Amino acid sequence: MKFASRVVPFPQQNIDTDQIIPARYLKTTTKEGLGKVLLFDWRYDQAGNPQPDCILNRPEARGARVLLAGDNFGCGSSREHAPWALADFGFRALISTSFADIFRNNCLKNGILPIVVDSSVHARLFELAASDPQAEVAIDLDAQILRLQDGSETGFPVDPFAKKCLLEGIDDLGYILKNLSIIIDYEKINHKDM
Amino acid sequence: MKTVTGIFFPNCCPRTLPDRKTPASRLGPGRDNCFLQIMLLWYFIAMANTLFDKIWNSHVVVSEPGCPAVLYIDLHLIHEVTSPQAFTGLRARGLPVRRPDRTKATIDHIIPTVNQRAPVTDPLAAQLVRELENNCRDHAIQLFGIGDPRNGIVHVIGPELGLTQPGKTIVCGDSHTSTHGAFGALAFGIGTSEVEHVLATQCLLQSRPKTFQVRIEGVPAAGVTAKDMILALIARIGVAGGTGHVIEYTGGTIRALEMDERMTICNMSIEAGARAGMIAADEKTFQYLARKPFSPAGAAWDRALSEWRALETDKEARFDKTVDLDAGQLEPMISYGTNPGMTLPVTGRIPDPGAIADITRRSALVKALQYMGFSPGNPLLGHPVDVVFVGSCTNGRLEDLRAAAKVLRGRKVSPRVRMMAVPGSRAVKSLAEAEGLDRIFLDSGAEWREPGCSMCLAMNGDELKPGEYCVSTSNRNFEGRQGKGSRTLLASPMTAAACAVAGAIADVRKLL
Repeated sequence: MKFASRVVPFPQQNIDTDQIIPARYLKTTTKEGLGKVLLFDWRYDQAGNPQPDCILNRPEARGARVLLAGDNFGCGSSREHAPWALADFGFRALISTSFADIFRNNCLKNGILPIVVDSSVHARLFELAASDPQAEVAIDLDAQILRLQDGSETGFPVDPFAKKCLLEGIDDLGYILKNLSIIIDYEKINHKDM
Repeated sequence: MKTVTGIFFPNCCPRTLPDRKTPASRLGPGRDNCFLQIMLLWYFIAMANTLFDKIWNSHVVVSEPGCPAVLYIDLHLIHEVTSPQAFTGLRARGLPVRRPDRTKATIDHIIPTVNQRAPVTDPLAAQLVRELENNCRDHAIQLFGIGDPRNGIVHVIGPELGLTQPGKTIVCGDSHTSTHGAFGALAFGIGTSEVEHVLATQCLLQSRPKTFQVRIEGVPAAGVTAKDMILALIARIGVAGGTGHVIEYTGGTIRALEMDERMTICNMSIEAGARAGMIAADEKTFQYLARKPFSPAGAAWDRALSEWRALETDKEARFDKTVDLDAGQLEPMISYGTNPGMTLPVTGRIPDPGAIADITRRSALVKALQYMGFSPGNPLLGHPVDVVFVGSCTNGRLEDLRAAAKVLRGRKVSPRVRMMAVPGSRAVKSLAEAEGLDRIFLDSGAEWREPGCSMCLAMNGDELKPGEYCVSTSNRNFEGRQGKGSRTLLASPMTAAACAVAGAIADVRKLL
């Protein structure tokens, strides 16, 4: 996972998953097509018309694969529809100072990389995005390096198992299924079998 | 409970101070042995486990270095919103549900709270219902569906049915799964992908969280309830204060709470960012679970009791974080902003963004106050209210309805207010009606509805009009949560009832 991209800056803190995808859009039985309703109430007015000021509606957002978000992004509900909407919109990585636990986990399972940076790097990224919206960041998952728009670099943490899964295309479920016989033994020993 | 070291070293020198009457030779072991005792004390501390440790350790199936643990899941609860894609994924892989006997389903998020016998009119909602019904039938999963007397909100019916038990690992595709931790279980919310994993394997990959003790002591004043305690905690530690941790609630105040109240506290642990919330089981827990449909019975009950009694945090165990709360200092709380951390005592005034140094936090407050239509410095009390909602997995149980009814009895809901009482399950509704609580709500002018998640997240048609203020006993006040432009004021059932009568934010203590 190595790519360069413009960033879409979205500075609000504590963006919860109700905002990322309001509950009225959870009545879907698939994972596709939710990009249209991503951050709906930020992007559309009461009548449903797109707000021209919202960065996500602007041409710069199209094709950008990195969302630069405020602190504690993704707090609230466990709805996996939130990363599905982000992925469908086109995002492959999110940058913030912190992500809520369940949301971060859900992102990793959907091929979206949550990147945690410290507050000074965070502020720098916003400044650089404001001064040149076309400038790109570069992400190298293997080296765990984020290159900012001005060429400076910073490392970011990634859970080693999540990294392995993302890089090798390993599926969590595949890993658990490999251990099926041990699971069956556990059930027998603990009197949890059928 | 005796300390571990006390059992082995009753005369350990720190516990026996020299005095003139006791010759030094009688004091016990000398200095070298003192060092040994300190080392052993540290050993016992290291070996001492919290309630969370005990449940986690007994459920790890596989633990390879550098990988999250494979954790066994005793009980998997599912509902109509977060399961369809999981079953689709299962079908795509050609996998069966491995343990249908450990999987239980309900319909709660989209179920209407009136005319439940009529077909669901919203076509998308109807499709969700059909999918769950078909999936449960195809995989032989027990579904407490529409019309079933056991139907209700997933986190209300689990305990009611005795499915929730101490020491179990319990998951559901819903963040308020932490509710079940009130029974000394390890219960947490998962995403739809993980729902698929559990369906396929009855296991989950999980990284071990840290532990956080919240000790609550003191006697709360009349009108101060469990809801106020958890709101006060979130106000104190913030909506990310518990991130990465499982919270265990301890202390005399917690022990004094009834099961419904303990569930309120564990329910909202997620709003503090915690992975889960737990309260160790005790006699109240056992009494609640005795003779429930899925509780053990006969000899199995006696065996279960002795296992359950051992499930508590060891005295020497250490938590990664501890916070103390004095319940005697608390007041009835209400939220004024757009996350569950933005709350104040009802007697408070809207905060002033100008007093906040940090630019991002200041602009967040400005935005929240703008959304809510509140002005800095104004008192909360007396602000007009349009709707009052009593219900949800946080406060939709019998004790909650009793508490609201106590305030409503002999009083009328203000003519400007629409009040809705939504019992958390069919069983809660029946029990409430047997006590005449429905009559109290109806006589006061409130609506008495059928069970469901309802206005908590407005997926079923129960929603606010833009700009309406709603005092809600639910758990989230995010922008648009109860309908686009909705303005949620989180509070306890007692406070909600007081606000309904006043037609405005009110202090329930004045009515008691």
